[in-house]
Formats: sequence, structure tokens, C-alpha cells
Amino acid sequence: MDWIYNHLLSLILFTPTAAALVMLLLPKEKTALLRNFAFAASLIPFALTLVVWAGFNPQAGQALPFQFVEKANWYSAIRASYHLGVDGISLPMVLLTTLLTPLAILASYSIQERVKSYMILFLLLETGMLGVFLALDLLLFFVFWEVGLVPMYFLIAQWGSKNRNYAALKFVLYTMGGSLGLLLAIQLMGVAVGSFDLLELYQRWPTLTELKIPLGLSLPTVKAIAFWAFVVAFAIKVPVWPFHTWLPDAHTEAPTAGSMILAGVLLKLGAYGFLRLVLPLFPTESQMYAGALAFLGVAAIIFGALGAWAQNDFKRLIAYSSINHMGFVVLGIAAAAALLETTSPAGMLDKNIALNGAVLQMFNHGLSAAGMFFLVGVLYDRAHTRDLNDFGGLYALLPVYGTVLIFTAMASLGLPGLNGFVSEFLVVRGAWPVMTLATALAMIGLFFTGAYILKALKMVLHGPLNTRWKDHLSDMTGRELLVISPLMILMLALGVWPAWLLDMINRAVAFLF
Amino acid sequence: MQFPILTTLIFTPIITGIILLLMPAEQKEWIRRVALAAASVILLLSLFLYFSYDVGRGGYQFVESAAWLPQLGIGYHLGVDGISLPLVLLAGLVIFSGVLVSWNVEDRPREFFSFLMFLGASVLGVFCALDLFLLFFFFELAVFPKYLMIVVWGYPKTREYGGMKLTLYLFIGSVIALVGTLAIYFGSGLRTFDLLALEQAGFPLEFQRLWFPFVFLGFAILGGIFPFHSWAPDGHVAAPTAISMLLAGVEMKVGAFAALRVAIQLLPEGAQYWAPAVLFLATINVVYGAFIAMVQTDFKYVIGFSSVSHMGLVLIGFATLNRDGLIGASMQMFSHGVMTALFFAVVGMVYDRAHTREIGSLGGLVQKMPWAAVGFIIGGLVSMGMPGFSGFVSEFPVFMGAWQKAPLVAVVAILGILITAAYIFLVVRRVFFGEIPAELDKSVGDVSRKDKLVIALLSLVMILLGWFPSLLTRLIEPGVQSILALMGGGR
Amino acid sequence: MKNAFTPEMWLSVVPEIGLLILAVLLLILDMIWLKKAAERAKWLGWITSVGVLLIMGGAMLWAFPHQNSLEWGGMLRFDAAGFIFRMIFMSGAVLTSLFASQFEILKNRGEFYVLLLVSTLGMNLMASAADLILLFLAIETTSIPLYVMAGFLTRDERSVEAGIKYFLFGAVTSAVMLYGFSLIYGFTGTTQLYELRAAFQAGNLPPALAALVVLLVLVGFGFKISAAPFHFWAPDVYQGAPTPVAGFLSTASKAAGFAVVLRFLQVAFSDQSGWWSILIALLSVASMIIGNYLALAQRSTKRLLAYSSIAQAGYMLIGVAAGSELGTTAVVYYLMAYLVTNLAAFGIVNLVENRVGTDEINAMAGLNRKSAGLALAMLAAMLSLGGIPPFAGFFAKLLVFAAAVERGMIWLVLVGILNAVVGLYYYLNVLKVIYLYPPVEEKEIVAARPAWRIALLVCVAGILLIGFWLVPWYSLAQAATNAIWIY
Repeated sequence: MDWIYNHLLSLILFTPTAAALVMLLLPKEKTALLRNFAFAASLIPFALTLVVWAGFNPQAGQALPFQFVEKANWYSAIRASYHLGVDGISLPMVLLTTLLTPLAILASYSIQERVKSYMILFLLLETGMLGVFLALDLLLFFVFWEVGLVPMYFLIAQWGSKNRNYAALKFVLYTMGGSLGLLLAIQLMGVAVGSFDLLELYQRWPTLTELKIPLGLSLPTVKAIAFWAFVVAFAIKVPVWPFHTWLPDAHTEAPTAGSMILAGVLLKLGAYGFLRLVLPLFPTESQMYAGALAFLGVAAIIFGALGAWAQNDFKRLIAYSSINHMGFVVLGIAAAAALLETTSPAGMLDKNIALNGAVLQMFNHGLSAAGMFFLVGVLYDRAHTRDLNDFGGLYALLPVYGTVLIFTAMASLGLPGLNGFVSEFLVVRGAWPVMTLATALAMIGLFFTGAYILKALKMVLHGPLNTRWKDHLSDMTGRELLVISPLMILMLALGVWPAWLLDMINRAVAFLF
Repeated sequence: MQFPILTTLIFTPIITGIILLLMPAEQKEWIRRVALAAASVILLLSLFLYFSYDVGRGGYQFVESAAWLPQLGIGYHLGVDGISLPLVLLAGLVIFSGVLVSWNVEDRPREFFSFLMFLGASVLGVFCALDLFLLFFFFELAVFPKYLMIVVWGYPKTREYGGMKLTLYLFIGSVIALVGTLAIYFGSGLRTFDLLALEQAGFPLEFQRLWFPFVFLGFAILGGIFPFHSWAPDGHVAAPTAISMLLAGVEMKVGAFAALRVAIQLLPEGAQYWAPAVLFLATINVVYGAFIAMVQTDFKYVIGFSSVSHMGLVLIGFATLNRDGLIGASMQMFSHGVMTALFFAVVGMVYDRAHTREIGSLGGLVQKMPWAAVGFIIGGLVSMGMPGFSGFVSEFPVFMGAWQKAPLVAVVAILGILITAAYIFLVVRRVFFGEIPAELDKSVGDVSRKDKLVIALLSLVMILLGWFPSLLTRLIEPGVQSILALMGGGR
Repeated sequence: MKNAFTPEMWLSVVPEIGLLILAVLLLILDMIWLKKAAERAKWLGWITSVGVLLIMGGAMLWAFPHQNSLEWGGMLRFDAAGFIFRMIFMSGAVLTSLFASQFEILKNRGEFYVLLLVSTLGMNLMASAADLILLFLAIETTSIPLYVMAGFLTRDERSVEAGIKYFLFGAVTSAVMLYGFSLIYGFTGTTQLYELRAAFQAGNLPPALAALVVLLVLVGFGFKISAAPFHFWAPDVYQGAPTPVAGFLSTASKAAGFAVVLRFLQVAFSDQSGWWSILIALLSVASMIIGNYLALAQRSTKRLLAYSSIAQAGYMLIGVAAGSELGTTAVVYYLMAYLVTNLAAFGIVNLVENRVGTDEINAMAGLNRKSAGLALAMLAAMLSLGGIPPFAGFFAKLLVFAAAVERGMIWLVLVGILNAVVGLYYYLNVLKVIYLYPPVEEKEIVAARPAWRIALLVCVAGILLIGFWLVPWYSLAQAATNAIWIY
């Protein structure tokens, strides 16, 4: 029992892999068995995460906020170790991942072909994503960062819709291309510091005074280049304008569950990278380039919203909305970056608020985007089209679906009382004093957010009923409700009483920055 | 006197090769079984070596030494260290796999397997040799099996050209290296070919600078160094599957290994002096090889050129002459060996069934041969340096080494990774996914169980190594340390 | 010199006496006993080879020179070098007589075997000659039977042409060489090889003239070893002569030439080594390049082997050019390796020629499918010629290259290397024909005779043993070297 408790994070991380390996041995004809097995297996990490959550002490006054730490020899030849741990920033992300994966698997019960490979890939994807959130070693971080790409690529390329091959390749090449700079920068840091351990890097990299690398560039220049290498890699993943073009394609072509995970978790990896690596490792540079970051964030908010507004494809519209929402995360991070070395109490407060907002926004967007993509998928499964012009007046036909859709859309839109409002408010509140102009522009973006969501709702649910759907569409099934209801509950819970999550985030944020 | 395990290891294939030649040609099934039995013995012996090497002690172990021609200081001196042992294991793996995938060779299997065994003995011998003469002896022993196997069992259109080109290129390389080696022999004044004695000889600086290029380049040609790489794709494509596996998987490592063991270990100052040139050429290898691979329309040529690209990383690792770089290069030798063996195995399986290797006329094969598809994808992921597979943990230290020596090399060479990713995804998509052409739909069947075993074995090794790099670095680290010691304590 | 006859004197010519007796015995047997052609075909080869083997064994047991001495009034040098070279020649004779019993027209002709023995006797004397006069006589004793043997197939125009061509070339070069000898005698007043050096040191021979002498003498030797530019006879003679004779010519006869070259240059002209070394190096380069590049174009296996033998002479000359003990050892080792290798090659060509009716390379097509063992033997021979381990040629080539590297003649080694690559190309091409191409039709079914089989087996075993069991052969070569270098 002790062993289990001491290795909870490893168990969370590798249970999906182990399950995938077991599934290799299952007969591929028994689709029901495969589905149920995958679903059950994915519940284990969720349960374990809850155990961690329960055991996590937000008040702990240790030297470092990381808990449930595990450390073991891994690649000692190049001084990289197997180092895991969670804090208030990563734990919510882990929860989000372990929660969304079973739901996504449940949502993929409608997949009929090659169920075995599909489920295996999905479980492997979960390990990849969790690893990023859990890793406290830069090399390990990178390993998981890239590992997740492979299953995602195949999920899109194999089970996606018409243009899947193009989209999958674009996705993977964009991300890998972005990671090259990250990879180089990691190598450079590993060589310069002589370790990949994050805790050690936190201490030594920002205060590095001498570079033992025959580069012919001054240390600040090297650091600035490394900073941008990190930023580009994470910005592509978030994605931030102008690196976002892979996202609409990938989202549109991915299967429903793939989109859920993509929007719900994968995009968070980028933002998480900013928080975990960029701000602590490059405080000076972050502060220096905070304005540029804020600009990118705002551009994402506005262009994302405008882009979404222009779409007639329901799924593509949601995809663009992700860009829009993730822009707020970036804005919050940028604001915090600008205040990173502030000492004034007001500044400290603003910084904390902005960061709290950013982290919470990540969590919230995970819930709402996953929900929205799922709902698009539900509709597509039935209608086999996603063109908004083909729909209309479906509320009458599908009352349950309509209600759920409106609820989720409102959460996404930022209706007070639901989760989206809380986090966006926090971001705006935190960013306003430092970056007034950017925040003001972001507010305009928020206006467009409302516009496109309402447009979508109108074109799907209201207006005259397109007669071709009569008697062809059925309402949501119990399984589908089972998928969406945990999300809805959380949306509501966070909207009404966000403190249970914010407390934890706040401690970590206050400590780290 | 301990049991002469290395001799057993090297002579198992030689004796098997002779036994096979003495068997009646009609007994094809028995011939295959004997070959497989021998390959299994080799694999088991190399595994035994792997597990019983004493990491704490390091250095050369399982040493055997006997006089051969004392008048000239030629000795039969064998031993393995942390650098060569992984390669012995690699050879064991690839020979075993090579026998399995060649099960369906119907044309004179007796000669085929016999020559395969001689080739295996050659590579094992080079890896274990601690005497320069012995090393050359085994090195050149590979000439005729290589040539004949390509020419007789190879791809009919190009085998005569490809086989001859490969053999002559490698022969030129080896004799150039031989001249350098003889110079070392006489220059040392020790009148011995013994590697350990020569390591301590301490050659004058001028001598090292003069002779390093001969020895290094001579061997590096076999390692595929630019601009002498063109034998590799032509030869690999022309060769039958098992030989492509052995050639690209192990023989290229033989070249790189010999370049390390002879040129760098004996002439470290020369290596320092010439390192920038080597880095320059090897960087071209990486990027240029990847680019050329991308534009190939023949499935097998893609892999052939990818080997050129990957071997460039090995050479970069060598030329960094620092700890990280050498560790990475050694890892990369093993990783690339397994990967490319798997690649060629899969290509062979596809070709055997589809009878074409034109990427344009293949497609959708995942439906017919899912194992092959998975194997190829895993190989591809290794190839593009995807974390979680052996390629990443091998390439990463190479780059770390490059940062310390010449950061520009790291920055340029990383392009190779992106290009590799691009062409691997393209090939995977075109060959294994998409629509299956009608004629293939009818004719193509699944791979055999032996093929599956090969795919599973090699894939498993790569994944294991990807997650547990220490499985090999525990051996490689002490090996690298002793090389660094020769260079004056590791700069 | 008072006691006219010492035991050493007789011991020094034990093999020659044995050969003479054997030759006479054969003549008598041929005339009196073996009346029927079939009987002669059956026994002659065996008798010759066993006889020579007995002579070799006897010599080894009783007549091994334990110290160097000059015998017969300074005519003969009784030393290990001469002894070892004799063993090489006589092994060549043994194998050739066995191979010859596979050859239709030779196998029942007693006079052929007698000629072979006489020629071998001549070679033996060449290897030991310490006097210019005996040397010249020995060379002629060797050559004249060989002229006849080359033209032995009187019904075959090419064979006759070969005989005549060989004779003409031999006569002219002998004359030139003799002229060189006469110059030496004229200026120094001695024909004793071991006195020449002192005579030169005394300043009897002006340097320019010494150069001329060496040049003239080398013409004669160059002919024997078929080095370029004295090689023109070789391809035609090898092709025209009966195949076993060609084998003998290319191995034993060449070895005899080298025996003389090594002793002559090292004993008489060691002080002038500076420039004859360059001269020899040039000969070597010319031989390698001409031999290898012309071999590329050949379609007849025998012509190919002829050009290859020119090239091989070039490699051996590298060892001579090195002018060092290692170089001499290398040449001796090379000759041993080359003997078994080339004899094996010619032996196989002989059989294939009998079966298919042509000596074209393409006649070998599909040999592997027809007779895997023969194919393997040819593989061993070709790779040994190409210098690939574990066959004899590898270590031999390595030694000559090493000798040159030791003397810092890197350029020569590089030329040698490039030529080795070219050589490997055509040797591999022969293997390609054997292994890849579909079998050609055989005109008649010729069974390999036991004598032939044994000879081939011995050759292949030799190729392998000389290839990796280095000590005995190297020790022999070293002993020969010591005997040449110490006087």
C-alpha cells in the first residue's frame, strides 16, 4: 500500500500504457470488450488522481510546492532523471486529462472500424499528455511532449474525415517543427547547466553568468534566442496567432473524441509550458518581451473570434473559438510576465490574479471546448454534415440536445454563473492595470465571442426547421448524456464556487512567481 | 583459462558456414534450420556477453590472447569493451533476424545462408578484435559474401552495378585505411599490431595529423561519409533483404566502429586536428542525406539514403570527441542498426508480396499486412528521433556533444530531423495508408509468423531502449571514459 | 678448396641429382614398360609427382642447409634461400604433373614429364646459382624445356605459335642479359656473385655503367617474371600453351625469376639499392597498371590470368623495390601464396575448358549450380588473387605493402592499392559469372581424375593454410630472406 502511495504519479502515468499493452493481446473482433476495457482502464488514472487530489496539501510550507515527488535514475549518462511531481498548476491539468480521457473514450463508442488500434492509441495518448504535466525533468518533459504527437497523428489520419491526411501531416509537422527550437534550446541548457532537472534549472539557469559553449554570442543574446525557441514551440501548440493555422484543419478533420482531447488537453500543453518553463526559466526575458506576448494573445483573441464568426462549418467554428479562448490564457501569462519581478503589493496582486485566471481558464476551456466538440460530434453522427446552413430549428426536434448545447455554449461564452466567466474575469482584472490597451482590445474580442456563439446557436437550433431532418434525427442517448453531464456539472460548480480549485492554483502561483 | 566465449562467438558462424556448404543442396529445410540454430546461438552468446560484462570493472573483458605471427607482432587478441559490446549484440540481433526473413529464399539457400554466416563472422570479428591485423582480417573477410550475395540474390535490375560499386568502394576505403594502419605499425616502433600496446605508443603530433585522414576516411567510407556515401543507397537497394539489413544495420557500424577504434583511439591528436573537417562532412551527410531521401520514389532508396543521413550523426558524435558526443554516437550506432534492419526487413516483405517498390504504385497496405505497417511506423519514429524510441535517446547526446564542440553543427543538423519526419510520414501515408491499388488488393497477403517475430523483436528493442537508455549506456559510459582517457582525461 | 669433394657439395645438389635420376627413369619407363597409352596416362603423372615428392622429402630430411656456404668452387650457394625456392619449384612441378594428367594430349606423353623435370632442375639451379655462368646456364636449362612445353600441342596452331613466340622472346632477352653479364665480367674480372660487391666497392665499375648493367640484366629477369614492359609474350603464350604448362609458367617459372632477382640485386648490387629500387618500383608500377587494365578487357580466362599474372608480378616487385628484409620476406611469401593460387585457377580452367570446349570466361557460367565444389575452389583462387582474407593472397599483399610503407614509399603503395581495387573488379567478375549466370551447355562429360582432384584439393588447402596459418610459411620466408641477406 505504501508503495502504491509513494508511486501514485507513476501509476497514473503508466496505467494507460499498461492497459494498452494488455489490449494488444485482446482479440480484435470483440469490439464491445475492447471499448469497455479501455473505458475501465482509463477510469483508474482518474480515480488515482482523485486520491492524489485528496492527499494534496495546498497549505504545505515545504521548500518547494511539488508533492508526491518521485525521482529515479533514468538516463544518467546525460544527467537526466525520472523526476515526477505535482503542484497546484499541474494537478488541475492532470485532473482535466484523466477526466476527459474516459469521457472521450465513452464518446468514441460510435467508432466502428479498427476499434482495437483506436483504443490503444487513445490510451497511449493519455500517457503522453500526463507525462508532460507530471515531468519535473526537462528531458522527460520533452519526451512526453513529443510522444503525444504520434497517437494523435494516427487518430486524425486514420479516423478523421475527408481531408484527414493533409490535416494530420500539417499538425504533426507544425508541432515537430516548432519543437526543433525547443529541442535545441533544451540541449543547450542541459549542456550549459549540466543537468536537466527542473528544480536545479530553476535555480541555476536564470542566474547563469558564464556560458561554456563556443557560440560566439553573448549570454543575454543566447538566453533571448532560447527564450524565443521555447515561446515558439509553446505558441504553436497553444496556438497563438500567427501559428494557429494547423489547428482548424486538425480539429475539423479529427474524430470527435480526438477533437475533445485536442482542444481539451493538448492545447493546454502549450500554455502549461509557458507557466512551467518559460516564466520561471526566463524571468528577465519574459518581462522584456511581455508586450509582444500580450500582442500575440490579443491577436489570437480577436482573430480567433473573427475567424470563428466567419465559419459556416460548425466544427471549424468551435475550432476557431479555441484560438480565441486560449488567447486569454496567453494574455494572462503575458500580464504576469510583465509583473514578474515586481515588488509592489498591488503589482503582486495583479500578477497573482492574472495567473490564477490563466490557469483556471485553461481548465475551463478544457471543459467547455471538449463539451462543444462532443456536441458537434453528436450532431454530425446523426446528420453527417456540419454545415451550419443545413441546420435550423433543431431545438424543436431535439430538445435535450438543444438544452445541453445552449448550456455548454453559454459556459464557453462566459456567462456569469458558469465557469468561463470566472476565469476570463480574473484574467482581465489582472491584466488591466499593466496592459490596459491590450486588455481593452481583448474585451472587444470578447464581444465577438458572444457574436459567433450566438450565431451558431441560432443557425442550429432556431429559425425555420430544415425539413430534411424531420424523422431523421434522434435525441441524445444515455451514453452521450453520460459523457456530457460531468462536464456540465463541473462548469456549473466552477461558475458558482470556484474557490476549491482556485485555492490550490493560487498557492502554487504565489509560490512559484 | 576461462571459456573462450568470443572465439566461440566468432567461429560459430564460420563453422556453420562450412557445415552448410557441405550439406546436400536439396535439403533446403535442414539448411535453414541449421542456419537458424547457429543464428540463435550467436544471439544467445551475445546476450550472455551483454549480461555478464562487468560494468564496474570496465575496460576490455573476455579477453583472449594467443600468438599468431610473433615475428611481426601479430596476435590473435580478442576482447570487448563498452563500445563494442552493444555492437556485438546488434550483430547478434540482425543476424538472427536476417536468417528469419530469408526463410523463403529458394534459390540456392545453402550458399545463401553459408555466405550470410561468413558475413556475420566478419562483423563479429571486427567488433571483438584487439589486434589491428586481426581487425583487418575480419574486415576484409566480408568482401566476397557481400559481393556475391548482392549479385546473386539481389534486385535483378541493379544488382551487378550496385554490388560491384559497394564492394569496390568499401575495398578502396579499407585498403586506404590499411596503409594508414601500416604507418601506425611502423611509426610506433613497437613492431606490434596489438591495439592496447599501440594505444600507449604516443605518436608525434605531425605523424598523427598526417595519418589520421587516411585511417579515418578509409573506414568512414564504410560508415557512409559524404561525399563517399553513394555506394550505400545503391548497394543497399540492390541487396537481398537480409543483406540490406546486415549491410546497413551492421556493416556501416563496422566502418564507424573501426574509424573510432583505430583512427580516433590511436591518433587522438590527429582527431582533434581534423575534427572540424569531419564535422563539416558529417553535417552535410545528415542534411543532404535526408533531402535526397525525401525525393526518392523507390521505397528502398528512401531507407538507403536515410542511412546516409543517420550515419552522419554517428560521425558527428565521434568528431565532437567529448563524452556526450561519443555516448550518443555509440547509442546511435546501435539504434540505427536495429532501426534500419527493421526498415529493410519491412521493405523486403512488401516487395516480396507486391513485387514493386515504387511508392506511387503502393498504397493501403496496412489492411493487408498490419504488422509490417506497424513495424515500419515504429522504425520511422525511431528514424525521426521521436522521444520514446531509441532514436531520440541516441541523437540527443550527439547534439549535446555538438553544442559543446560546434554549436552551428547542432543547429544545422537538426534540420535533418524535420526533413526525416516529413519523408517518413509521407512514405508511411503513401505506402501503408490510403487506397490500395486493385492489383495489390488481390495479390498481397499478410506476412509470415517468422516475419512477425522479426518485427516484434526489433521494435521491442527500440522501444525498450527508448525508455531505458541506461540499458546500453551502462556499458557505453565506461567505454567512452576509457577513450577520453586516451585523449588526456576528457576535454 | 683442397679437398675436391666434401659432403656438403653433394648435399647441395641432392634435389638436382634426384630430378635427373627421376627424369632418366621416366624416359626408360616410358619406352620399356608402359606400352599402352592408357597405362601411361594413368601412371606417368603419379610417378612424376610421387618421385618429386620423395626427392623433396629426402632433401628436407638430409639435405637441409644449416649454414650458408659456397660449393662447387663457388658455383653454387648452399643456403636456406636456395633450398626454400627449390621446394617451391618442386611443389609446382608436383602439382603441375598431377594437373597434367587431366590434359588429354599431355597425360600419356612421357617426354612431357621429362621436360617438366628438367625445367625444374634448371630452376633449382637458378635459385642457388652463385656464379653468373651457372646462372645463365640454369636459366637456359629452365627455358628451353619450357619453350618446347609451350608448343607441345603440335596440332594446335596457337600452341605452336606460343612456343615460337616464347622462344623468340626468351632468346632475345637472354642475349641482352648475357651482354650485361659480359660487361660485369669485363669490368670486374669475376663472375662470382658474392665477389661482385667487393669489386664494385673497389671502384671497378663506374656508376653509370653499373646502371646499364642492372638495366640489361633486368631485361632478362623481367622476361622470366613477366614484368612489364617485358610481358608481351605472356598473354599469347598462356593462351596457346597447354593449360597446365601455362600454370607452371606463371608460378614456378616466375618464382625462379624472382629468386634470381632477389639474390642478384641484394648480393651484388646492395650498395646501389638507392636507384635500382626506383627502377624496380617503376617496373612494378608499369606491370600493375598494364596487367590490371588490360585484364579488364579480356574475355578468355587464360588471357585474363596472364594479365593478372603480370599485375601480380608488379605487386611482388613492390617487395623487391622496398629493398628491405621485410620486402624480401614478402616476396617469398607472395610466391608461395601465388603458387598454389594460380595453379588452382589454371587447374580449374583446364577442366572447364575440357568440358565446355572453350576458355572464355563465359564458359564458367553457372559453375556453382553444376559443381558447387569447383565453384568454391575458384572462389578461393580468385579471392586469393584479389587479396581477400582468409585466403593466401591477403597476407602476401599486406606484406608487400607493409614493406613499402616501412621504407616510406607511400606513393608506390597507393598505386598498388588502386591497382588492387581494379584487380578485385575483374576477379569478382569471374565469380559473378560462376555464381550468377545460367549454366552453359557442356559438350562432353569429362570426369575429373583423382590426380587432378588431389592436386586441386592441395592447392585449395594451401590457399587457406597460407592464408591464416601464418607462422610456418612466414618462418620459411624469413629463413630464405636471412640466407639472402647474410653473406
